[in-house]
Amino acid sequence: MSGTQATRVTQIQVGDKLPEREFKPDNVQSMLYNAVLWNGHRIHFDEPYARDVEGYPGLVIAGPLLGDWLHQCLEEWLGDDGRITSIEYSNRIASYIGETLRSGGTVTRCDTNKGEVEVDVFVRNEAGEVITPGVAIVKFHPG
Amino acid sequence: MSALLNEELLSTIGRSSEPHRELVTRRDIRKYAVATSNRQRKYLDGDEAPPMFHVPLFWDVVELDQLSADGVSIDSLLPKFPLEKAMAGGLKIEYHKPVYPGDWLTATRTLTDIYEKQGRSGALIFYEVVMDVRNDDGELVIREKTTRILR
Repeated sequence: MSGTQATRVTQIQVGDKLPEREFKPDNVQSMLYNAVLWNGHRIHFDEPYARDVEGYPGLVIAGPLLGDWLHQCLEEWLGDDGRITSIEYSNRIASYIGETLRSGGTVTRCDTNKGEVEVDVFVRNEAGEVITPGVAIVKFHPG
Repeated sequence: MSALLNEELLSTIGRSSEPHRELVTRRDIRKYAVATSNRQRKYLDGDEAPPMFHVPLFWDVVELDQLSADGVSIDSLLPKFPLEKAMAGGLKIEYHKPVYPGDWLTATRTLTDIYEKQGRSGALIFYEVVMDVRNDDGELVIREKTTRILR
């Protein structure tokens, strides 16, 4: 082992798990996130509207915030050894403020020569349902 | 021939928005990193933009009287569809170059496809919008494809 970062991809194996992380978004985080986007959709901050008009059980967590957490899951695992080259994900099940969510992932393909690794990533809710599934391609830096 | 999609609607495929040029600032990166509970110092300090920073950078800054009663802005790129209830959609994002404070980026959105499928409980309309983000040298920095489903 030379100790360079370039060797890291050789240590990656299909089935490797990414570290999981718990998220418990509250009203303050949701407000700040939607303000940063300039997203005025009432379902994210007007609880009577979300419940009574749209019929949601609570304030809806914005879909792209869940997408961001997939990226963070990948980047915290990669560190400075590589970068995300592409990701595909969808918001399948809604989630609400007050829920505890969990991100994670599994390596599904590893091309050591190209330094390219495919990872299945997810955000799950407390019931264990995958609410935001995704597939990412990451590339480890060459030596 | 499709039941819901007429020629007029399909003729909107290929149309693009006006290019939208924005400056990446350290302060905006920091706000985004904090709001997403990012834990990496380079993003919290605004030294580099995290992936998905193009989402807040190019979200339309519309005026209050342009928002509908539920607080949503109307996407002028889209035609009026015969189905309006939005279901879960998907995103595909390619990252070609990193983004730093001081970068000027230009986004162009194109309506690339509209098609119909039969769902379990009736017809569904799918549409795709591709947003290309380029730097001032014209190099592709990010390409994002959004697919949305209407029922």
